[in-house]
Amino acid sequence: MRIPLSYSFRNLWTRRLTTMLTTSGMALVVFVFASILMLAEGLQKTLVETGSYDNVVVIRKSSVSEVQSGVDRLQASIIETQPEVALGANSQLLLAKELVVLISLPKRGSDKPSNVVIRGISESSLMMRPQVKLVEGRMPRQGSSEIIAGNSIAKRFKGGGVGEVLRFGMRDWTVVGIFDAGNTGFSSEIWGDADQLMQAFRRPVYSSVLLKLRNSSEFQGFKERIESDPRLTLEAKRETRYYKDQSEIMAKFLRIMGISLTIIFSLGAIIGAMITMYAAVAHRTGEIGTLRAIGFQRTSILSAFLIESLLLGFSGGCIGLFFASFLQLFTISTMNFQTFSELAFNFSLTFEIIYKALLFSLIMGFVGGALPAVRASRMNIVESLRAS
Amino acid sequence: MGSKAPIVEIRNLYKSYHRGNQILPVLNDITLDIDEGEFLALMGPSGSGKTTLLNLIAGIDKADSGTIKVSGVEITSLSETELALWRATNVGFIFQFYNLIPVLTAFENVELPLLLTSLSRKERREHAEMALRVVNLYDRMEHYPGQLSGGQQQRVAIARAVVPDPTILVADEPTGDLDRVSAMEILDLMERLVHGFGKTIIMVTHDPRAAKMAHIIKHLDKGVLNVYPQNHL
Repeated sequence: MRIPLSYSFRNLWTRRLTTMLTTSGMALVVFVFASILMLAEGLQKTLVETGSYDNVVVIRKSSVSEVQSGVDRLQASIIETQPEVALGANSQLLLAKELVVLISLPKRGSDKPSNVVIRGISESSLMMRPQVKLVEGRMPRQGSSEIIAGNSIAKRFKGGGVGEVLRFGMRDWTVVGIFDAGNTGFSSEIWGDADQLMQAFRRPVYSSVLLKLRNSSEFQGFKERIESDPRLTLEAKRETRYYKDQSEIMAKFLRIMGISLTIIFSLGAIIGAMITMYAAVAHRTGEIGTLRAIGFQRTSILSAFLIESLLLGFSGGCIGLFFASFLQLFTISTMNFQTFSELAFNFSLTFEIIYKALLFSLIMGFVGGALPAVRASRMNIVESLRAS
Repeated sequence: MGSKAPIVEIRNLYKSYHRGNQILPVLNDITLDIDEGEFLALMGPSGSGKTTLLNLIAGIDKADSGTIKVSGVEITSLSETELALWRATNVGFIFQFYNLIPVLTAFENVELPLLLTSLSRKERREHAEMALRVVNLYDRMEHYPGQLSGGQQQRVAIARAVVPDPTILVADEPTGDLDRVSAMEILDLMERLVHGFGKTIIMVTHDPRAAKMAHIIKHLDKGVLNVYPQNHL
């Protein structure tokens, strides 16, 4: 039978200061681990939520994002005539030929320039993106130099507020409204009339064509036809897939960086736990001898000390996660490597991250406690009793 | 008692320690019988091998050669795992410095050996409480060792030793760390265990008062056993 759990727990409590210091080291590592995973998750969640499953984005083949893509007017017209395109309430095609351009705008406060996406939209653009809602002002008039800004832009960039004026494409553009696109990438964009923006930026081609399928299951057939048509050098992706692809490199980079960092940090925490556990074994040599003499097997001693170090790791994990959870209150903005544009997103804590962080903390506890526990279990009874 | 087989039978026991290349003989051809219900004191100068002999009888050390049978079981041929299982039900330990687990209460310390038995939680509680009653510490069962005096701690240790109803009790200098009054209390208690409960006690001691309580005193000198009658002291 096992030595009672209370033995391991109370020993940790008796050495409160050492326990607290070791736990803090582990908590710090778990905090870093969890926060970077939360960052990657937040980024991915923001971009994935940006898309809608029924929408299809058509871009130039091999272009990773709309920024690098070009769809000429003829190609756009061919797509427009495809039978899979859904019709709106007033028999209007749910298809938008959009332009995406990057401009540099100064941030509020720091004046530091950062890239912002300008999206030229058409009438159907809003209908296909029900998550986008105008929260202030009005929609821009067609054919005018009016724009609306996402709430992230309004907050963080100079000239992004209603009534303010932004200068780009050799024109002044008045912000007439603010839209809220929730926790999506659109909140970090500026929208205006596509034709006006094409003229201003001297762009003869659209960047992408966005359309809604009348029946979602028709996607595969539509995709195959578009991609095999010799007149079109285009590819079609579901909007959700398109945004997921955009987040992948950045999220992977964050995860690899985070995991590499935490592995290095965790070595320190593991050594800390090991020192604590070796000290515990040395301090309790007599107790180990007594327990063995009474009849507890080597495996019972091994598990008692392992449980103790796992408890150290677990409490470090819980504390680290507790503090990391507060990061959800913060919004972070960074450059998305794939679109070269500024993107605002929140740290996102998921059950998967909680599970991974706790597992990681338990692994640290296990690795830190394994050698001391083996040492404790291999002690000679007579020598241990003599040491007491 | 005379017709019954001895509870402990030791035959031609040798034990030596190795220090580097040096071999230090500790026990030299020990042969000894201990009857059930006997209170035996092992005396002798420091380094004479008393504690080593006690450890061998208790199954926490291995002899070089010779045999030890306890209640018919030849413990010298048991594996380490088997020995641990055997100790759990057959040996009760009383140490000089009590060796209680400081983070467990008196009750939990006494319950500890019972965790190695098949008793239910309720039965374990009953047994541990009864053992604490025997040593007159029932009202202190929720106290931690640090909250008890030396004598009380040794009484808890005795309760822990007797609670699994072991075949033998081994005591290594049980009064060595106690004042005179506490030492007498412990010796009275041990005598009560022998006379009242029929326990077999093998005790290592330097204390002549403790030895006086024993039925038989065996004297070890340089690993050789000499037997003295009780009135030798």
